[in-house]
Amino acid sequence: MAQPFVKKDDDDEEAEYSPFLGIEKGAVLQEARVFNDPQLDPRRCSQVITKLLYLLNQGETFTKIEATEVFFAVTKLFQSRDIGLRRMVYLMIKELSPCADEVIIVTSSLMKDMNSKTDMYRANAIRVLCRITDGTLLTQIERYLKQAIVDKNPVVASAALVSGIHILQTNPEIVKRWSNEVQEAVQSRAALVQFHALALLHQIRQNDRLAVSKLVTSLTRGSVRSPLAQCLLIRYTSQVIHESASNSQTGERPFFDYLESCLRHKAEMVILEAARAITELNGVTSRELTPAITVLQLFLSSSKPVLRFAAIRTLNKVAMTHPMAVTNCNIDMESLISDQNRSIATLAITTLLKTGNESSVDRLMKQITNFMSDIADEFKIVVVEAIRSLCLKFPLKYRSLMNFLSNILREEGGFEYKKAIIDSIVILIRDIPEAKESGLLHLCEFIEDCEFTYLSTQILHFLGIEGPKTSDPSKYIRYIYNRVHLENATVRASAVSTMAKFGAKVESLKPRIFVLLRRCLLDSDDEVRDRATLYLNTLGGHGSEVETDENMNEFLFGSLEVPLVNLETSLKNYEPSDESFDINSVPKEIKSQPLAEKKAPGKKPATGLAAPPSGPATTVDAYERLLSSIAEFSSFGKLFKSSAPVELTEAGTEYTVNVVKHIFDRHVVFQYNCTNTIPEVLLENVAVIVDSSDAEEFSEVASKPLPSLPYDSPGQTFVAFEKPDGVTAIGKFSNILKFIVKEVDPSTGEAEEDGVEDEYQLEDLEVVAADYILKVGVSNFRNAWESMGADYERVDEYGLGPRENLTEAVNAVINLLGMQPCEGTEVVPSNSRSHSCLLSGVYIGNVKVLVRLSFGIDGQRDVAMKLAVRSEDESVSDAIHEIVASG
Amino acid sequence: MELCPSVKNVLLLDSEGNRVAAKYYCDDWPTNSAKEAFEKAVFTKTQKTNARTEAEIAMIENNVVVYKFVQSLHFFVTGGEDENELILATVLQGFCDAVGLLLSTCSRGHVDRREALENLDLILMCLDEIVDGGIILETDPNVIAGKVASQSVDAGGPLSEQTISQALATAREHLTRSLLN
Repeated sequence: MAQPFVKKDDDDEEAEYSPFLGIEKGAVLQEARVFNDPQLDPRRCSQVITKLLYLLNQGETFTKIEATEVFFAVTKLFQSRDIGLRRMVYLMIKELSPCADEVIIVTSSLMKDMNSKTDMYRANAIRVLCRITDGTLLTQIERYLKQAIVDKNPVVASAALVSGIHILQTNPEIVKRWSNEVQEAVQSRAALVQFHALALLHQIRQNDRLAVSKLVTSLTRGSVRSPLAQCLLIRYTSQVIHESASNSQTGERPFFDYLESCLRHKAEMVILEAARAITELNGVTSRELTPAITVLQLFLSSSKPVLRFAAIRTLNKVAMTHPMAVTNCNIDMESLISDQNRSIATLAITTLLKTGNESSVDRLMKQITNFMSDIADEFKIVVVEAIRSLCLKFPLKYRSLMNFLSNILREEGGFEYKKAIIDSIVILIRDIPEAKESGLLHLCEFIEDCEFTYLSTQILHFLGIEGPKTSDPSKYIRYIYNRVHLENATVRASAVSTMAKFGAKVESLKPRIFVLLRRCLLDSDDEVRDRATLYLNTLGGHGSEVETDENMNEFLFGSLEVPLVNLETSLKNYEPSDESFDINSVPKEIKSQPLAEKKAPGKKPATGLAAPPSGPATTVDAYERLLSSIAEFSSFGKLFKSSAPVELTEAGTEYTVNVVKHIFDRHVVFQYNCTNTIPEVLLENVAVIVDSSDAEEFSEVASKPLPSLPYDSPGQTFVAFEKPDGVTAIGKFSNILKFIVKEVDPSTGEAEEDGVEDEYQLEDLEVVAADYILKVGVSNFRNAWESMGADYERVDEYGLGPRENLTEAVNAVINLLGMQPCEGTEVVPSNSRSHSCLLSGVYIGNVKVLVRLSFGIDGQRDVAMKLAVRSEDESVSDAIHEIVASG
Repeated sequence: MELCPSVKNVLLLDSEGNRVAAKYYCDDWPTNSAKEAFEKAVFTKTQKTNARTEAEIAMIENNVVVYKFVQSLHFFVTGGEDENELILATVLQGFCDAVGLLLSTCSRGHVDRREALENLDLILMCLDEIVDGGIILETDPNVIAGKVASQSVDAGGPLSEQTISQALATAREHLTRSLLN
């Protein structure tokens, strides 16, 4: 007997022994010939199949011919009545995933097994057949599958239901006919059958909102027993809550009682699922959060790492939006800092950083310092990011946090980790003026001994911008010039540029800079020499003609006005000729403005050194470029504010439209982002007809239709309105989308010549007072408030009527004003009777506004508010009060 | 949005990080080298942890991975970033205990790499009974082991643990002996 199983020599280590040692595909395929023996040896055949499966499992592949040969040989084994062998045959057929004409060979054998008396045969045959079959065969076996779904043996029923879930992806129309049977199976007493049936039933009905809502209503009354099914039901329930939330703003949240009751379930997985569902509710209140936080807190001290991890991960997410709700768990979380599982410890630290108050920062930093030395870089990065946001929240604590960052900067670490620290320091320098000088020195010290060229050049660039503005710019020169001696060419070149910037900005340093730049003229690298020569000339170091200050500043500090992508294409297309390349010929319009929603979910906005710290700023830039590229709007002046996109259609409709409101001093432009979600049609001449009869102060001045809107490639159409200068006009607009529909031939992708005119009703759109205020934060509110002075201070008191709680009242006022909450004051501690909130913003006309709100709530839940406004303009202070009074 | 809890893969590695058995249910790792790279990452990240008494957990490549070590065998179950960790842990427990139950009833009674390889057919059947195309099929270790064991004997009435052990003891003895000859 040919045996590929080679026994190892006795002196070899036991641990290395494998029954499959030295196994070879060719030999095993030879062995598979035993399947054709007239007298089958089931045990031997099982062994060979195990070897084949082993090869496949190790990543070995069979050629088409080999697979076909094995498949045909395996089908012979249906003759044997050995149960163990049959089971291996099933596994083998699934692994080989035969093609359609091969499937026919085994269909009858499998159908026989499906009707066998042995339940194990039936369950497995159903799963195998459904895995390999196609639509045509499915109609033949449909009858058996329907019976199997309601079979009294749970294994058979589950096999049919799970197969149904898979088939639904490819042949939905067939599975949808099984609704009645599946519904019956939901009532099954077997836990797993109930779970599988519920999953399938929901998938059948998932596009019918009403049906899903009915399903949830009937099942939440309590006929679901299996924990897994209960978890499913919680997910479906929160989906229903999410979808109904937009309709009913008032009153009790539907199904909340059900979610809350699940917190008392005996299975931990159900408790976790329910707690997580509650924390993820839209606009969850602290009263709703409390029971969920309580169960999660209990999980924190569990002996099971998985449970602790799940709980701290959920609390970490809650802390991002409701830090005060999590503070009760602070003691439990502090003990998790020493958890064996470093993922848990890191999550605990970062959660604590979010929930901590100003006084606990120092203590926390001490604990973190010990902790940092024994975790991996990836966890350190998370901690650094958490510290950065903490510092922005408590600017007064910048000293200890900046010290911490500079300390860890000196320790060992990889590129990503160092980059995260540098990014954080840069952002702190930008946002906290007091931190600038010490932060810059930390950066200077770092580049003295930095192994990463990328980081060195980034820091040098940043020094060039920030350094000259400090009180004593000369102290940075030494650090920069040292680079010219000690570094590689890339860093040297960027050090030369940085020195030039100091020379340009600080007149007193100029002569000394010239000396240093002249030394660079002898550098071994041509880029370094070129830069030095260039800067010496522009700054007048050679005694040559000095260009005007403005030109020089533009050259050194100006930003590139054209998008880099466009510049790149233009340069590629440029052919050397007598005519030199003209940068003005590069188009400024960005092709196919990407929709904000298209951003990859979960991806954080990149925070590079040179880039603005937050995402929104870049969108504003993009909008500004887009609008200025359109002739009709170019005369409107500077764009003041662009709103976030407002959806004008429901999700899942034929055409989806959202609108961005662009506010100018004397104009308002609506940018309608349209997407055509039907592959078979092309839209042309797309325009929005706006009725502004409910917005008296606005008059339409221009409209820019979209020539064509093909499937799934978003396009924009614009309508512009004029409004009185300086008046914060508000009003309501109704919109109708007008277009010509043309059918598209799916095979050629060409549109028909003739189209039909059609309209589509969109939802109304409002311009509100908040559209005229920019959310601009201040890092230190008290300083800003004091320096603004009380000249134009206006104070008044308002009654806000009965409210659910203070959080709701605070959020309502913040949304009404559209201003930026400062220093984390938008968060109201649970159960507090009074609260102060600080807001800052910029009113149209570039007028800075600061607002101090003091809230109080009485026993009847009536909320009173004192509003104090300071601004640079009397009329603006009054305007803020007017917004609140009329809101 | 995917609402049904789903498993991305189930892995069984040895104490050197080599694959004993692995089953992938999604396209996140399309090639064998991608799979091996993931297994290597999972193995090195979890190697030093103590996952013997209680199942442990880690985030790896934006996936939740729960794992448990028994002797020289490392069991892993991977799910998506937002998956309920306890559901995955239940699957892991089912897999781990079912394999333990099946292997400990074998001739030598050890739950280790060698026994696992010698009884690879049982392990593969076990995987097949736990997850079907990413959907959780069964999580109770006794039921899983019962289904696998009943393949080797004539299926009769409900199997108690006693009968599983007896059935396996005889069936296994025959099979392993012939496998080693």
